[in-house]
Amino acid sequence: MPELTAVARTAEGFLARASDWDRDLATELAAEAGIGPLTDRHWLVLDYMRNTFLVKGDGPTIRTLGKESGVAIKELYQLFPKGPAKLAAKIAGIPKPHGCI
Amino acid sequence: MTTLTQNAGAPDAAVANAAITKVSIIVSKGSLEGIYPALILANGARMEGIEANVFFTFFGMDAINKARHDHIKVATVGNPGLHLATWLGGFPGMSAIVTAQMAKSMEKLDIPPIPEFIEMIADSGAKLYACKATVDMFDLKREDFIDSIAGIITVGDFYQMAGGGQIIFT
Repeated sequence: MPELTAVARTAEGFLARASDWDRDLATELAAEAGIGPLTDRHWLVLDYMRNTFLVKGDGPTIRTLGKESGVAIKELYQLFPKGPAKLAAKIAGIPKPHGCI
Repeated sequence: MTTLTQNAGAPDAAVANAAITKVSIIVSKGSLEGIYPALILANGARMEGIEANVFFTFFGMDAINKARHDHIKVATVGNPGLHLATWLGGFPGMSAIVTAQMAKSMEKLDIPPIPEFIEMIADSGAKLYACKATVDMFDLKREDFIDSIAGIITVGDFYQMAGGGQIIFT
């Protein structure tokens, strides 16, 4: 099990390698971002983001996230107040989203 | 007094590089290309955790007008960026055709249509406002606007709520 201090990260704190991620690491990343404890609702978003990344090679847009993750936009912002798409991507251990939407 | 004179010289590096924490965006135009940039900026601000207010004035108010926000069109006349002859741009239906084409390419990028985008932005916690002067001028009422606007406010109210942040005019 990797420790947060032992994994390579980008200047903005995203994991350099998505494969380093596991659920314990996510808990540490969340705590670092001031989010936690992670609830089932958080995990719904995190798992959706990670799966989208693994299938498509990029995280979902906020629109898709709101429509398909099972968590609506309003709640997304309550779960990840400092910007859901980016913050959830960071905690889910995937690269920073590239889109503007 | 001493603090004032100390800060009167070159701008403080910390201030110059300070992160933006709040933006207030004014939407004054009612064309598709006049409205989308503001919506993308507002949504993008919320995605970064930046507080956002959007103030709709003049024809920009069409974006939050129930009867109109689903019928926003690209301006095909007086829009040199389209590289379309003016006489052709004025052809009946031209605006609808160009708008439909643009809607298609935006859908591909997962950019929502205006009514959905506005709801997304309201749900993100951004506050949407209609301009009181324009509401009076066009003889509109609260019921003419979508439910998710936070209110109809004066320019004075706008400056007050924009305090401490950046103002963007589009």
